[in-house]
Amino acid sequence: MDWVFLSATLIAAIRAGTPILYATIGEIFAERSGVLNLGVEGMMLMGAVSGFIVGLKTGSPWLGALAAMLVGGAMSLIHAFVSITLRGDQVVSGLALTLFGSGLSALIGKPYVGVPGVRFTAWKIPVLGDIPFVGEILFQRDPLVYFSFLLFPAAWYFIYRTRPGLHLRAVGEDPATADAAGINVFRLRYLYTFVGGMLAGLGGATISLSYTPGWIEGMTAGRGWIAVGLVIFAFWDPLRAALGSYLFGGVNSLQFGLQTKGVTIPIYFLQMMPYLFTILVLIFATRERVRRRIGAPAALGIPYVRGQR
Amino acid sequence: MSVQDMARGGRFPWRLRVEQRLVRPRWVSAVVPVLSIVLGFLTGALLIWLNGVNPVQAYVAMAKGAFGSKYAIGETLVKTIPLILAGLGVSLAFRMQLWNIGAEGQLHMGAIAAGGIALFLPQRFPGIPAWMWIIIILLAGFAAGALWALIPGILKAYMNVNEIITTLMLNYVAILWVDYVVNVPWKDPASLGFPLTAMFPKELWLPRTPGLFFLNPRHRVHLGLVFGVVAALLLYIFVTRSKWGFEVDVIGRNQKAARYAGMSIARNILIVMAISGGLAGVAGMAEVMGIIHRLQHQISPGYGYTAIIIAWLAKLHPLVLLVVAFLFGALLVAGDQLQITMGLPVAVSFILQGLILFFVLGGDILSYYTIRLERR
Repeated sequence: MDWVFLSATLIAAIRAGTPILYATIGEIFAERSGVLNLGVEGMMLMGAVSGFIVGLKTGSPWLGALAAMLVGGAMSLIHAFVSITLRGDQVVSGLALTLFGSGLSALIGKPYVGVPGVRFTAWKIPVLGDIPFVGEILFQRDPLVYFSFLLFPAAWYFIYRTRPGLHLRAVGEDPATADAAGINVFRLRYLYTFVGGMLAGLGGATISLSYTPGWIEGMTAGRGWIAVGLVIFAFWDPLRAALGSYLFGGVNSLQFGLQTKGVTIPIYFLQMMPYLFTILVLIFATRERVRRRIGAPAALGIPYVRGQR
Repeated sequence: MSVQDMARGGRFPWRLRVEQRLVRPRWVSAVVPVLSIVLGFLTGALLIWLNGVNPVQAYVAMAKGAFGSKYAIGETLVKTIPLILAGLGVSLAFRMQLWNIGAEGQLHMGAIAAGGIALFLPQRFPGIPAWMWIIIILLAGFAAGALWALIPGILKAYMNVNEIITTLMLNYVAILWVDYVVNVPWKDPASLGFPLTAMFPKELWLPRTPGLFFLNPRHRVHLGLVFGVVAALLLYIFVTRSKWGFEVDVIGRNQKAARYAGMSIARNILIVMAISGGLAGVAGMAEVMGIIHRLQHQISPGYGYTAIIIAWLAKLHPLVLLVVAFLFGALLVAGDQLQITMGLPVAVSFILQGLILFFVLGGDILSYYTIRLERR
């Protein structure tokens, strides 16, 4: 394998993995607090379309990304209200959010299909960007990629090494005990569901403002669902989430790499690879979880009702 | 029963108080779905209006498209057919708390199997009469959907792999399979580059139902409707009257209890997934054999996803599902109408579906709890 091909593949893996990484980390926060949000796909689509439109209207991709986060967060609050306050079924509510988001994004985005918009441009980081090979791959990217580099270790540190992170885990593992210890279970679940929505929205904007700039109906193509799968692969750990996202990005970019190398597999089979890969990864992760006895957050998907066990 | 506070945050002088009901009033289960649909449409109207379209005009166009003429009613029934079949499949799996979100993919696989047979086999075996081919194609559609659903089924039963993700991923894979066959091996040379297969032989098309009084003579309602209604009746009998139906319910409500009672959970997962996927496969078979009459790039406007909502709204009851499927068939026809007359994307009907589902979920709380606004 030659170096040019390898570095092109790695760059493509990072670019393709970044939107999923945001969404996966967001969903880790929500699920760690005990809220299963299957609306990631819908929130990403709304983030993608609103990020694109705001970017186009203001001329600033930064404002676009910010808008995408707010819209994604607002979407997640619907799910939070239905599942936390009204104690509705979280699986169905999440599905409803995905349907709602894919429909609404199509409606809002209709006039913007194929319209050229703004995009984040690459920043070459001084000194680091000049390192041969590594610099080209890691330090000549755009700000959204850099932010994700900072986000996943920070998320890991927050969840495992800080007091608020401990509270977050407590609420997802044993809400009754957390409640007795004076932690506001409802408030934290709302908060982290919102954080999850913001990151899913940002993931969507990463697609429409950086990865494949522009808006097309349904442009996330199942990445939200892949993120939900990667959360399980990651054992709810942001570091493993990064590993999973970049692996996914690698598989995703390999299809283009293979095409340019003249491999004659019909494109449809190459396009199946990310989805099949997600299933495969899920199988291995499930086996490893059984072996190492790593469970999902114990209260995942269960509404908390005071005084009921 | 305890009293719970919710929404305590802030210094707001009022708060919602939720109390568990001791008695569940019957009116709730009737009123909530109706009210949910009304509220869904009202909220939808707001969103449509915010996007610069007159919602009254949009809804009038939708109503006309779905119910405005005898032909329209026929078209609504046409869309009802795959919704009934896929919805029944989904509802059976949901009874066991098995989240089969893969009806869309199972439907596509059923369509591929049906199309493959219809395109190639009758010319090789000319002695077999058409009605027998129709039965073979029906069974093949069921089998293809069942096998496709068994992949996540086996993974769930023996390795406990999350079926939500696997069924969903396989949707994308199945749609790509359809794209492959219509673009490469089965592409009609006469299609001028469009991703289409040749038309199926006319004698294999699912026959139209007799022209009932409320149908236009040129209606397209086909035998698939009979399959759907029969499947609903059979499922109703099995689910409510058989030992197996009872097992499915027990496993859905309490896996531990089911295991202690000696029920095989793995075996039931496989059976339920196979039937669930099989019904979705028949939906795909019916759509291509009854309406499209060929395979093509797009064969479903998301029937498999709408089926999930239908199953939920019908409270997983097979007979109630027939009515709900008809209403959502109307919604899909209405969505097409919006695209034709007002240029809105078809996905708009997904907005309404999502909203209705939110209101149903939220409304469900009324059957278990009472909500009061009270002063702190």
